[in-house]
Amino acid sequence: MARLYKHLEIGSSPHVTDGASTDIIMRNVFLALLPVTAFAVYAFGTGAALVIVVATASCVLTEHWLCRWTGKPSTVGDWSVAITGLLYGLILPPDLPLWMVFMGGVFGVAVAKFLFGGLGMNAFNPALVGRAFLQAAFPQPMTHWQLPFAEGRFEDIPSSVLATPFWEPTYDAVTTATPLALMKFEGQFAGSRELMGGLTSGSVGETCGVLILLGGIYLVARNMMNWRIPASIFLTVAAMTWVFQLYDPVTYPGPVFMLFSGGLMLGAVFMATDMVASPITNAGCWLYGLLIGVLVVVIRFWGGMPEGVMYAILLANAVSPHIDNLIQPRVFGTGRGAR
Amino acid sequence: MALKQVSPTDEFIKGLWRENPVFIQVLGMCPALAVSNTAINALAMGLATTFVLLMAGLSVSLLRNFIPREARIVSYICIIATFVTCVDYAIMAISIELHRALGAFIALIVVNCLILGRSEAFASKHNPGRAMLDALGMGVGFTVALFFIGVLREILGSGTLFGVDMFPDGFQTWTVMVLPSGGFFAMAMWLLVVNWIRQREANAEKEGDDRAGEVAS
Amino acid sequence: MNAPAPIEQKRTSAWSMYRSIVGIGAFCALLIVTVFEATAERIADNKARFLSNAVAEVLPASRSTAEVTLDADGALVAAAEPADLPVFLGYGAEGELVGAVITAQGMGYADNIRILYAYSFERQAIVGFKVLESKETPGLGDKVEIEPHFLANFEALDARLNEDGTALANAIVTVKEGEKTEPWQLDGITGATITSDAIGAILHQGSSAWLPVLERDGRLFQPALSVEE
Repeated sequence: MARLYKHLEIGSSPHVTDGASTDIIMRNVFLALLPVTAFAVYAFGTGAALVIVVATASCVLTEHWLCRWTGKPSTVGDWSVAITGLLYGLILPPDLPLWMVFMGGVFGVAVAKFLFGGLGMNAFNPALVGRAFLQAAFPQPMTHWQLPFAEGRFEDIPSSVLATPFWEPTYDAVTTATPLALMKFEGQFAGSRELMGGLTSGSVGETCGVLILLGGIYLVARNMMNWRIPASIFLTVAAMTWVFQLYDPVTYPGPVFMLFSGGLMLGAVFMATDMVASPITNAGCWLYGLLIGVLVVVIRFWGGMPEGVMYAILLANAVSPHIDNLIQPRVFGTGRGAR
Repeated sequence: MALKQVSPTDEFIKGLWRENPVFIQVLGMCPALAVSNTAINALAMGLATTFVLLMAGLSVSLLRNFIPREARIVSYICIIATFVTCVDYAIMAISIELHRALGAFIALIVVNCLILGRSEAFASKHNPGRAMLDALGMGVGFTVALFFIGVLREILGSGTLFGVDMFPDGFQTWTVMVLPSGGFFAMAMWLLVVNWIRQREANAEKEGDDRAGEVAS
Repeated sequence: MNAPAPIEQKRTSAWSMYRSIVGIGAFCALLIVTVFEATAERIADNKARFLSNAVAEVLPASRSTAEVTLDADGALVAAAEPADLPVFLGYGAEGELVGAVITAQGMGYADNIRILYAYSFERQAIVGFKVLESKETPGLGDKVEIEPHFLANFEALDARLNEDGTALANAIVTVKEGEKTEPWQLDGITGATITSDAIGAILHQGSSAWLPVLERDGRLFQPALSVEE
């Protein structure tokens, strides 16, 4: 048990390793996330930087404390919890009070990762669980969006970010609605250039679709991510949206809007591909992506909330062991007819 | 069960802690999670359940020689449903507002497995006095457990206790604690506390036994 | 009892089963009837008081009320028995008509929302509002019951009828928070969009159904005044 954390082999047989260990993969994921993070800080200023730092720190510290407390060697060194923390910071609103950021991080790592047995055992993506907890606990601050590229974003810290722990934040910055909320409640569709270039409001790191895609392509090129999952999600969402837009172009937005708005890009590339919580076989990955895509479209179009990527991925996480059960690779040497 | 002689006080006490219906037996989760969003709702639900437990225990115990084995479940459910209906009317007569808050969950006391469980496992085998003591202990244990959950959820979820503000203005309420999912969180927190205490007790007992063993050898 | 039990259970006779089930059934029925009889009066009192409190809350000027309903020809008559969604005419201390109180319901975000609201004949506006039943999300949807700027809509929400008095002149509709420009618009709540939209729709539906009739017949209606308190 104590040595288990050093080895992470996920994939169906044959198990030929190329020497990539957890920390090497994680370091590459970190590299892939760097441009997204830098853009987030550039777009939203000091508030976003503080949110990212506190989010990462809360996850790393929680894991470290819990390991110490239960008498295990600290697993912080494999970088995976740092990546979780960074991703968690990237999916929060940029002016969220830091005490909420901290609480969600502790909850995500402690409940979704540590209680399940640590890395390799978690059924759900810890970053998403932390965010889901905050969404349920503090719905108002979690649906409060700061305008990107605001004046003086590097000099001033938004007052809400530094709110007293357990007290309601006060907002001074100009707020706005996300493209998805505008679509759902106002029937307005943002232009594709704003969406791709990160000129809209949203969570810290979800706005610039192009940079996220570049990060994803880098990981795929280094063979450190299963490209089938995001591909399947994109195809499903695009196909469903296309059909609905043909049917009623006034109510339903086009595929480009759906792909580049909200957390879909970030969720599909960095969240859904969580190696532990996604299926093992390639066919399973296609199915898993299909499920996420359908859920995203259903929640966005007909659900009560404007965004559904988080819940879609968490639900698919829950189903992924069953997908693995359903799709089992044929045992080598046995044919279709063999029993 | 008749072999062991249990003192009447133990019959009552066991429901409070050692066999607490919510925290130890984990029975009757539906009302424990659904109607414990405020302390007053939790208390009202606990008291209503206690009353039904008492009356069902008494009736089943009195009729235990009259009810044939084959027809026991239908008889118990019939008795329990009757008293639940009575409680439903009584609460409506006391306060319509309270009745609205508890909603459908009063009627659902009928299917609270705690009541059927105590009728089947205890009242049908013991005399009315013991059955009443057992029911009272279980009922009080249930009420106290619900109240604990309710207090936690109300303070965090609404910032109040019995409707009175607990914090100065501006307290950030945890909406999740008022939602049904908050019931699971509050329940889990109390289970953590209860199990931690029980483990400490067990460890202390074991140490005591070990020491006693050393002395004997 | 895991080992094959040697106990030869005596078969219970059908008679003893009938006896116990019928006996318990009769006893239970008797108990329920007794409790029902004993509490019926207080429950009816409580329900009436709950409703009249709510009516007094939305239409404080009324001293007495008369429940009205429509007869087969669509004319306004006194209600013979309480309706599911009752409508009242409210009268002041001198027996003058001060307004009407309408119950209406419709689908919200989580479940049906049932509301009570007051209509003033003099101002031709909705002047009071109360939620009777809702299961909306605490902290979001249930803000329609407490949010001051939303409740401020009901100081005077324009509900004039068109010229022939057959329908509302302007549809009552909820707009986005802070974008209210007309007196018949409801200033919505950010974060409770669906619930506040639903309230607008329920008000519109209830008013469209009742206000034309009430405006036509309400002033002429002769109440058999039931003075409360």
